Amino acid sequence: MTDFKIEIKNLYKIFGPNDKSMVELVANGMGKQELLDQHKHVLGLRDVNIGISANSINVIMGLSGSGKSTLIRHINRLIEPTVGEIIVDGDDVLAMDPDRIRDFRRFGASMVFQKFGLMPHRTVMENCMYGLNIQGVQSAEAEKRAKHWLNRVGLSGFEDRFPAQLSGGMQQRVGLARALATDADILLMDEAFSALDPLIRADMQGILLDLQNELHKTIVFITHDLDEALRIGDAIAILRDGELIQKGTPQSIVLKPANDYVADFTKDVNRARVLTLSTLSHDTGAKEGLPLDSNLSIEEAMQEMIVSDQNLVTVMKEGKSIGQVSLNDMVAAIAKPKTTQTGASNAYR
Amino acid sequence: MSFFTEFPAMERADLRDLKKGIDSSFKEFSRSWGESIEAFFDPLFYFLVNFEKLLLATPWPIIILIIAVLSYVGSRSWKLALGAAVSFLLIGYLGMWKNTMSTVALISVATLICIALGIPIGIAMSRSDRLQAMITPVLDIMQTIPIFVYLLPVVMLLGIGKVPGLIAVCVYAMPPIVRLTNLGLRLVDKEILEAADAFGSNYRQRLFRVQLPLALPNIFAGVNQTIMMALAMVVIASMIGVKGLGVPVLQSIQNQYLALGLMNGLAIVALAIIFDRVSQQYGKRLQRHREGGNDD
Repeated sequence: MTDFKIEIKNLYKIFGPNDKSMVELVANGMGKQELLDQHKHVLGLRDVNIGISANSINVIMGLSGSGKSTLIRHINRLIEPTVGEIIVDGDDVLAMDPDRIRDFRRFGASMVFQKFGLMPHRTVMENCMYGLNIQGVQSAEAEKRAKHWLNRVGLSGFEDRFPAQLSGGMQQRVGLARALATDADILLMDEAFSALDPLIRADMQGILLDLQNELHKTIVFITHDLDEALRIGDAIAILRDGELIQKGTPQSIVLKPANDYVADFTKDVNRARVLTLSTLSHDTGAKEGLPLDSNLSIEEAMQEMIVSDQNLVTVMKEGKSIGQVSLNDMVAAIAKPKTTQTGASNAYR
Repeated sequence: MSFFTEFPAMERADLRDLKKGIDSSFKEFSRSWGESIEAFFDPLFYFLVNFEKLLLATPWPIIILIIAVLSYVGSRSWKLALGAAVSFLLIGYLGMWKNTMSTVALISVATLICIALGIPIGIAMSRSDRLQAMITPVLDIMQTIPIFVYLLPVVMLLGIGKVPGLIAVCVYAMPPIVRLTNLGLRLVDKEILEAADAFGSNYRQRLFRVQLPLALPNIFAGVNQTIMMALAMVVIASMIGVKGLGVPVLQSIQNQYLALGLMNGLAIVALAIIFDRVSQQYGKRLQRHREGGNDD
């Protein structure tokens, strides 16, 4: 399993003066509350192990206090771990000396922040150039590259404005352009769209997906919003109280929640939009049916079926048929959420 | 019973010996080190003297022009530039030109020294809570100790003249710039500093490209306060031989010259208002990018 771009191994983070000596207690099963009550230390992360594949969007999801922002800050070591390893391209980030870590932050991983983190005294252009200035890129070249990225996020003509003169969505586009301008392979996005209103957020998700189609960066995306996670994530990891409780594809999270906590999260999800034809496809041997791509969501497939007045689909993958899905299969998949443990019989809205 | 009615103070003879001991050891110190300490401050003396000479040698219309231009550059306000020029014309017309130039020289040099020393001290303080805890009481002492108490040892060491006067002014005027530099740097948004770190800034890049520019409005408020406090010291500095607008004020107190005191006092006020308004307007312009909407 060495094809991961970033590998987080046995990572613990405990906040407090004697954090190292608390690791054993936590490893032996002491809970967050007990640790706080008995030893006045705060548990941040407990034995986190995640592999993050290259060239994909990896979402880490959790509610506030779950440790997700702490986790992402370990990747570029804005927060020092208590114990653990973070291997990026074969190097342990946590073992790097200050000069190497600075180089890694300059060239290896850039970051987008929840509250944008723009520098109010610098113009949009100067903000976008910040990472390049730090890399030591000549100013003419830096300006050219910054301009290119500002153009890509749709901010041409705003170069000389100050951040305070822009709306939230536009400010975050500056944040995104600034992060992309450094040309780092890894993009760390800490609740990057959480401060934006829903329409702008959807807009930004679209921009990110478009850019990713072309750039194929390794993106680590933190969010507390499951819909956002399902929309943009190639892989999702769910954190709770500093512990990783499930990781997998969006579909596996929705179809096979690991426990009640995850099931509770997923019960209100629009399943027609998350599930794709490939998950429902089974070989019935039938030859007829509307040929549709396996990556289409059920929602999209249903629209196609209504338009062409068909009730059977032949699922196509790379030009070959891999099975069929009937309208009944689709209705059943949408209508019967597998949250039987929670007893939520009418969970689907 | 006498224990309760009379404070158990030190024996009078012991106390006298203690004071005598301190006095004589300081005298000893100033006798053996006075000259070398004086030599240490020589460059400062020549700088101040030459700056004063330059101001006095320059034809007055040019000085007034420079003052008007500087006021305009600082404040971007014609009214203020005009007001400054008229004030200086009036000061000259009322026969206070020479003294005013001496005072302007003293204030400028004192402010420069305070900035040159105060900002680095403020930066160091902002980096370390321990240093802050150590320096803050020193600043408190500098601001509250009666001026005459430290004037005396300075005069014993360096005699009467410009340099001891300058030192006295600086001791009194430096605390605000140190405090406000420290405060300004500490108030910079943590999220912005985190962003600077996340892009791999080293300490210098972070300080000069992010922290100091964002703290500049506060630092500038400190510069403004320092100028005002330096002006407040002009009269006291004249007691230990500093020339300038303070000398006639002192004379007027000793001889009950009401008009003389009033005119020179008002000249100091005029200087204070010009310096204050110009530096405040400049400080405001530094913050302008923070406000949304209408830019220039």
